[in-house]
Amino acid sequence: MTELALILVSTVLVNNFVLVRFLGLCPFMGVSRKLETAMGMALATTFVLTLSSVCSYLVHSYLLQPLGLEYLRTVSFILVIAVVVQFTEIVVHRTSPLLYAVLGIFLPLITTNCAVLGVALLNVQEQHSLLESAVYGFGAAVGFSLVMILFAGMRERIDAADVPRPFQGAAIALITAGLMSLAFMGFSGLVKVG
Amino acid sequence: MLDAILALTALAAVFGALLGYAAVRYRVEEDPLVERIDALLPQTQCGQCNYPGCRPYAEAITRGEADINQCPPGGEAGVQALAELLGREPKPLNPENGETKQQPTVAWIDESVCIGCTKCIQACPVDAILGAPQLMHTVIRNECTGCELCVEPCPVDCIHMVPAAAGVAGWKWPFPGNRAEAAG
Repeated sequence: MTELALILVSTVLVNNFVLVRFLGLCPFMGVSRKLETAMGMALATTFVLTLSSVCSYLVHSYLLQPLGLEYLRTVSFILVIAVVVQFTEIVVHRTSPLLYAVLGIFLPLITTNCAVLGVALLNVQEQHSLLESAVYGFGAAVGFSLVMILFAGMRERIDAADVPRPFQGAAIALITAGLMSLAFMGFSGLVKVG
Repeated sequence: MLDAILALTALAAVFGALLGYAAVRYRVEEDPLVERIDALLPQTQCGQCNYPGCRPYAEAITRGEADINQCPPGGEAGVQALAELLGREPKPLNPENGETKQQPTVAWIDESVCIGCTKCIQACPVDAILGAPQLMHTVIRNECTGCELCVEPCPVDCIHMVPAAAGVAGWKWPFPGNRAEAAG
């Protein structure tokens, strides 16, 4: 139990996927202009990350490992993630039109999100169990959501601020992201995961 | 080498079959064009297009029953957007469906004349009129879409359309300095 809690804190704050490991930066910069879209993206990513980290764990330990095909994991994880995303989209479209309207556009975008693949590969690298993989994926997603929503809130404020001309637009956004990353670096040493 | 190819092929085949099954099992009988047309319509649900609301009108356009120039609240800009989406020639609004307003209006009830008949409440498509039988009615300004459907049923003609005031809800902070062009 302590182990799981440590994994959760570690992925959300200390080893935050976006600001410390620098994975999943494209949605972080691209979809964070408005708070609503950032929330939609965060929700969809949480959903997909948790599900795909479990599925890729299953594929790895019940198909690739017994056959000695570990070198194929990147290819097969990409396949698994694409299928999970597509399957989720079809089922959600049918069962919950409201959820589909919220997540709709963001689901296919996540297929190529490097954080999703990164979580699957890191699960294998750190030899997590099934439950640990699920918590790791969920923690990574919560960390991603936290950073997305915080960043989107800041960008909305910055949009209305009097930014000097050379810093307007992408420049101030990148500076903000850098400062945020520095702040998150401050969490290192908060917990020690053995 | 061979088992690697076989394993990956089998995995892909299983996933492909799963997706194919899901696509058939969870098929959604829906025309995506209706959604896109509906998104362009102003959602006043006023019925001036001779259909019960915006979505039925969108469905009628998709079926080819209705023309694209029957939505006065959308104005010429709405016709333009519809023409662009459907790849048709834009045409002027059909005068039979009503006039486009120069500025947004809301209904206003002269409460000293109102007899409390509740006829306007039944006519309102967005439930913006508040009141009870034999008591005076009033319009919730923020909910009113200005569709004028309540004007006709009123037996004492106490409902008037007045220009919508720029209230707190519609007011936005001005952008500082030279960023005014980004305000839209």
